[in-house]
Amino acid sequence: MNVRLYLWQRLTAAVMAPLVLVHVIVIFYATRQGMSAADILARTRGSVAWASFYGLFVVAVAVHAGIGIRNVLTEWSPLEDRPAAILASAFAVLLLILGARAVAAVVLP
Amino acid sequence: MSLWRGAQEGRYETYKVPLRDNQTVLDVVTFVQRHLDPSLSYRFACRVGMCGSCAMTVNGRPRWTCRTHVSSVAKSGRLKIGPLENLPVIKDLATDMRAFFDKWQRAKGAFVPSRSRGEDVERIKPDSAARIAADAAIECINCGICYAACDTVRWNGDYLGPAALNRAWTLVNDVRDGGNTERLRAAAASGGCHACHSHQSCQELCPQQLNPTASIAGLKRRTLWAYLRGEV
Amino acid sequence: MTVRDLSHRQGVLWIAALVHRLSGLALAIFLPAHFLTLGLAIRGEAPLESFLRWSDQPLVKLGESALVFLLMVHVLGGVRLLVIENLPWRDGQKELATIAAALSAVIALFLLARIF
Repeated sequence: MNVRLYLWQRLTAAVMAPLVLVHVIVIFYATRQGMSAADILARTRGSVAWASFYGLFVVAVAVHAGIGIRNVLTEWSPLEDRPAAILASAFAVLLLILGARAVAAVVLP
Repeated sequence: MSLWRGAQEGRYETYKVPLRDNQTVLDVVTFVQRHLDPSLSYRFACRVGMCGSCAMTVNGRPRWTCRTHVSSVAKSGRLKIGPLENLPVIKDLATDMRAFFDKWQRAKGAFVPSRSRGEDVERIKPDSAARIAADAAIECINCGICYAACDTVRWNGDYLGPAALNRAWTLVNDVRDGGNTERLRAAAASGGCHACHSHQSCQELCPQQLNPTASIAGLKRRTLWAYLRGEV
Repeated sequence: MTVRDLSHRQGVLWIAALVHRLSGLALAIFLPAHFLTLGLAIRGEAPLESFLRWSDQPLVKLGESALVFLLMVHVLGGVRLLVIENLPWRDGQKELATIAAALSAVIALFLLARIF
């Protein structure tokens, strides 16, 4: 962990703290209302707001989780720095792709 | 009580030692060496809590054995004593502290003068924020307890450790010092202050009541600003 | 045998750090599954709807509350770290860590109670 990785991890953490709060409230609201898939998608489809919100969330979590995984790998696994960094980056890319796909799935009209 | 015998490999051996009033763990170790087994190796010097040489792992916690009363740590009269963690064992209760001091150097924990004898002495106000910060962290006597207690030292071979970074923080706050560019660079690198997870074992166990977690947090802020300004 | 004696690793702050790391790992493992589930909507509402109905089962709802707990404890623990690292030092870290865990549990249990 160096200053550059630290900056990005703390930055994405700070960005995500309010996003998580909103997300938990949204989930609570949706489950309490017993919303169906149709109800949810009616709200998200074509919404620039939801696209921006969850788009930002996906990018931030991919960076944050990637750096976190890198730390865990270097500290708790026998992997050296370089392979750990590559594995962590691959995981971050996976999250980015799957996350972008998920956002597209609920937001595209 | 059981004492670690051997080097990196070895075993805990049991000894029976008379329990007395006002007995320290160091008294007990000394008793073993003088009366039961003269081949036991251990370190001490001042015996009065000033030098830090007698630090060992006592019932799982690194402590100064001369300042640890048996009555406060021995559960039902049992004591388990081993060498400090995170350092190679030379023999029995004595460890090789070279890595600890090497990291001190790598963290640039040495003062770099910025004035010569021909110039006036720098005036420092003792109540300036920087001096207060430096004074709060300055009393480290390199006993190694924080280093032994630190999980991140155990998990990350590059990590400079709480003592070295704590000292670097005091120098970062010393207005007389001229070596901060190199120092912040060392703290900002891999294995520097950013590896700290703030478990605070160092702060909990420091016999001088120092707070390396807070010092390292200060270093994190300073290196971050230096990085954003392109200085590291 | 080797010398390791780690029996002091039981304090509140060490447990807090362990919970923070393990919750992060659990969330990281959960996320791809979460994204794949949402991605079902690409094929229209029906696949997502049938998943939502499947997740109505009590055991799944329990699992979802557990996930909310893990998320909240990770975020609140992280906020505590951001405070340590960016604001002047404050004592009482053990209390803050305990409050963060308790608050997360309350929120997760609240969610669980309200949806049953």
